[in-house]
Amino acid sequence: MIQTLLVANRAEIASRVFATCRRLGISTVAVHSDADARLPYVVEADVAVRLPGDSPSDTYLRADLLVAAAEAAGADAVHPGYGFLSENADFARAVIAAGLTWVGPTPESIEQMGDKVSAKKLMADAGVPVLTDLDPAAVTEADLPVLVKAAAGGGGRGMRIVRTLDRLADEVRAASDEAASAFGDGTVFVETYVEHGRHVEVQVVGTSVHGERDCSVQRRHQKIVEETPAPRLRDEVRTALHEAARAAAEAVAYRGAGTVEFLYDPDTERFWFLEMNTRLQVEHPVTELVHSIDLVALQIGEAEHSWTMGASTTEGHAVEVRLYAEDPQREWQPQSGVLTAFEVPDLPGLRVDAGYAAGSTVSTHYDAMLAKVVAHAPTRDAAIRLLVSALTNARIHGVTTNRDLLLRVLRSEAFRAGDVSTDFLDRHGMLAAAEVDLDVSAFAAAVALAETQAAARPVQRGVPTAWRNVVSAPQTSRFTHRDDDVEVGWYGGRDGYVSADGTMRAVNASQTEVVVERDGVRHRCEVAVSEQAVDVDSAAGHVALRRTPRFVDPADQVASGSLLAPMPGSVVSIAVEPGAEVAAGAVVLVLEAMKMQHTVSAPHAGTVTEIPVSVGAQVAAGDVLAVVQQEEA
Amino acid sequence: MTVTTGPTNRDAMLEKLTALDAEHAKAVAGGGEKYVERHRRRGKLTARERIELLLDEGSAFLELSPLAGWGSDFAVGASVVTGLGVVSGVECMVIANDPTVRGGASNPWTLKKVQRAAQIARENRLPTVNLVESGGADLPTQKEIFIPGGGMFRGLTRASAAKTPTVALVFGNSTAGGAYVPGMSDYVVMVKEGAKVFLGGPPLVKMATGEESDDESLGGAEMHARTSGLADYLAVDEHDAIRIGRRVVARLHHRKPHPDSSAVAPRGTDAVSRTNRGWAEPDADPEDLLDLVPADLKEPFDPREVIARICDGAGPGNEVAFDEFKPLYGPSLVTGWARLHGRQIGILANAQGVLFSEESQKAAQFIQLANQIDVPLLFLHNTTGYMVGAEYEQGGIIKHGAMMINAVSNSTVPHLSIMMGASYGAGNYGMCGRAYDPRFLFTWPSAKSAVMGPAQLAGVLSIVARQAAEAKGQPYDEDGDAQMRAFIEQSVEEQSLPFFLSGMVYDDGVIDPRDTRTVLGICLSVIENAPIEGTDRFGVFRM
Repeated sequence: MIQTLLVANRAEIASRVFATCRRLGISTVAVHSDADARLPYVVEADVAVRLPGDSPSDTYLRADLLVAAAEAAGADAVHPGYGFLSENADFARAVIAAGLTWVGPTPESIEQMGDKVSAKKLMADAGVPVLTDLDPAAVTEADLPVLVKAAAGGGGRGMRIVRTLDRLADEVRAASDEAASAFGDGTVFVETYVEHGRHVEVQVVGTSVHGERDCSVQRRHQKIVEETPAPRLRDEVRTALHEAARAAAEAVAYRGAGTVEFLYDPDTERFWFLEMNTRLQVEHPVTELVHSIDLVALQIGEAEHSWTMGASTTEGHAVEVRLYAEDPQREWQPQSGVLTAFEVPDLPGLRVDAGYAAGSTVSTHYDAMLAKVVAHAPTRDAAIRLLVSALTNARIHGVTTNRDLLLRVLRSEAFRAGDVSTDFLDRHGMLAAAEVDLDVSAFAAAVALAETQAAARPVQRGVPTAWRNVVSAPQTSRFTHRDDDVEVGWYGGRDGYVSADGTMRAVNASQTEVVVERDGVRHRCEVAVSEQAVDVDSAAGHVALRRTPRFVDPADQVASGSLLAPMPGSVVSIAVEPGAEVAAGAVVLVLEAMKMQHTVSAPHAGTVTEIPVSVGAQVAAGDVLAVVQQEEA
Repeated sequence: MTVTTGPTNRDAMLEKLTALDAEHAKAVAGGGEKYVERHRRRGKLTARERIELLLDEGSAFLELSPLAGWGSDFAVGASVVTGLGVVSGVECMVIANDPTVRGGASNPWTLKKVQRAAQIARENRLPTVNLVESGGADLPTQKEIFIPGGGMFRGLTRASAAKTPTVALVFGNSTAGGAYVPGMSDYVVMVKEGAKVFLGGPPLVKMATGEESDDESLGGAEMHARTSGLADYLAVDEHDAIRIGRRVVARLHHRKPHPDSSAVAPRGTDAVSRTNRGWAEPDADPEDLLDLVPADLKEPFDPREVIARICDGAGPGNEVAFDEFKPLYGPSLVTGWARLHGRQIGILANAQGVLFSEESQKAAQFIQLANQIDVPLLFLHNTTGYMVGAEYEQGGIIKHGAMMINAVSNSTVPHLSIMMGASYGAGNYGMCGRAYDPRFLFTWPSAKSAVMGPAQLAGVLSIVARQAAEAKGQPYDEDGDAQMRAFIEQSVEEQSLPFFLSGMVYDDGVIDPRDTRTVLGICLSVIENAPIEGTDRFGVFRM
């Protein structure tokens, strides 16, 4: 019987596994990098072991350190979570060799399914439909579009859609480079790309099936919305999918929790085997809620050989969204910073698996997922509504997230209708930046900020804010919203706060709540003022404003023509030297963050006057990378 | 409330407030659109823009003497802005030249206004921040400026000696005598390519010594920062100068001798609400103050209705909003204790216009009581003066009035005066008019002040002239008398009105009655920068 379990992972999945451990009377061991030392999962674990360093290759990918940590902490079992070493057979073997219990499938199953090329062959032999591999050299116009995929790994990395033949060679190379960097294996293969295909996967435990999940709504091949049961699926198709998944699991005599992923073409109602994930999936909670099972408990029971599977019942519908610290409007750039607020309403039927809490620092060393928000309700519609309510009323400040995008998806008619596909976001125009009416939120921000400043004033308390006996000009509060400057003009004084143009007034004002009246309509705004930012939550959504300092010491002023790091990362290469003449758009340097390379190019033609960074340097968002002085016109 | 007057009072008051706004707008307009535009084109901020940037965000600014120079040949506002503002958490006297008005040159009214500001800074121990850009003195009126104006520089260094620091932010011209403003200040910030500080400019130097020179070498900011040492800080631009000025004030280690009594711990459950910081808002709506003052000042009004609208309302720690003292004696003058923004004050308010012996003695006693317990006094003026007539003269009205004037003259607790209505004759003195140096004196648009009412004054002159004619046995020119009376009545009426008096810098400004509480709140807070100690030594009271 497992007494003490180490989770060789981090954040939400570690917390998720710990939760089951606590119910089963198993002591918990967390491992953490330096950057993660204060995350909730470390705090809640009975024992925590430090893995020195920050980068995954120094920490969560170090099998030797993880086994040593288990031994040091007196653990007798290891759960790998998902990602990192969860599908690494060598790690599983090392754990077993150390006399520890491996909570997962056998190393052999991992290996068999790990190589996607051989797995496909295996499945084809077992009678599971697969897409045929294409030889990159033999691909013709008729085969297009095609998909280039890494043989190892997952999560969308190293995946490329190719629509014109001339791009094929380049994309194969790029996918291979990315796969090599991410997984240490540059093998890629090419297969037919199904337009408007859906991603439907089946949960298995051993060789028994626990329903399917639709995970079609994706960004850059990474799932963001998942649900079970899959919508718009005829029972015959559903049964066929389940049978195919069972056949797949039987082919490798599978043990433990796994997921068989299929590509489904809704037009032809055909499906093809994509891959089998020999681990717990990120989106496992939807299955747990609808089937009333605990997949982690089943994994543990299976690892202890004490498990007997009873019949599971299904009830209702569950939808999960993945809340990421990323900016959909800026090519999904991962965001970092301190989560100054992080609250999701506690609603009946709602489950939140979070890796972070208010006050946590989000770094860009790892996956940017903050939490999974899962709604379970009798019907699909009810589950969607519950999720919309939870996301709308969540308070997430300090870091830009994909919340608004998720809400747009959940509120869309297309999603409501179950008209999902892997190109959902593009096909339904979800990525167009929504027009935000900033006026009310910005005015509320200015008012709450003024109230906060008034409360901190050491003198003249009780005197109305910004009172003047002779009025010359409105007060101005300056913010930035995304890249735009936002200026709010307002008057204070005897009658309270009024906008400079007279269209808005605050009927109620405090540091945390401002009620704005405009055209006879009152808008209640919750406002959080912090040192750097003002966050406004209202029915119009969340508006994050950065405070613009009133004065800037000339010594701190950024030279014009400075190129600032768009996100935290490390400098991979520098293309120019100080003194070099560059044309507008010329590559100045390349930054790597979250395994993605970002090119920083010259905004205008000019002379490179300064490069204060060197190759390998870690930079924070906003750091000056280079200065390109514009040529005098 | 028992206000019996109708909306006509309000209409009359609103009309006066509209006129006040128009006069204030003249001061704000400075030198007018053309000169403001030219000033901005030079990349410069206006005086009020500089002040707005200097002040803490969202803090109040009580502008002083905004109507200085009203009715004179000079622009309303007298080419300078003065006022009380909060800079880096410190209450400061802010003085800013308005360079759009004749280059910010000082005229006799500028001098009066600045001297009044300096007096306020001195009495209340405030640091002074000068925002300097002035072309010097208005030469045609130099006779009224040159000799008395020297006191300004003496005042600066005496303020420094009194440990009330002086800061000069020099944005532009500050030449000849004006050079001594930075010269006499404790801290000097100069704006690069803006400040110009020298005793004599290139033409004068050429005439005096034959030396060829230029502005920069004689008085540029860079030169003063690097060579002469007159500038302590070199600012890259106007914003930077203000930033530096704010840092200078932040490091003045300013301490108020009294703990800010308005900053008492929050009361009640809502620790956030600013309306609940240890005191209650007034029991009655200040908006009603516009209804209160009769259009015709002959009609008295109850000052308790004013007190209920400017003082803290009843609540925990202030169970009774106004504790009236001696309510049954001398009822024409209301005296008593109240609080304003949590601070205790003593109030003397005219109720029936006329001051009799009883009222005078009551006032003298009440002023002594305030001095005994170190509490500031508020005078609410609506008086036609001390009672005249044989009965009253025989009853000793002079010696009783003298007791009140003695008490008010020798009292050392801070005095605040609000001219609500009439302030005539010696009543103006006894109620702490301008000559009695109240720390602050503000006027409602409804007020009038003169030696006596215009009709009475004209009538007195007429009687005297008639008697003189009769004594000489000459016939009296009745037509001439009527003309004379009309003329006198009209000019005295004009000269007793608030804009005229404010133009003479006989008050610190004309205010909207609804702002009275706020104005007094700021003044009381400012007053607390100096120790408040009542006296125990008055002149000999004539019993």
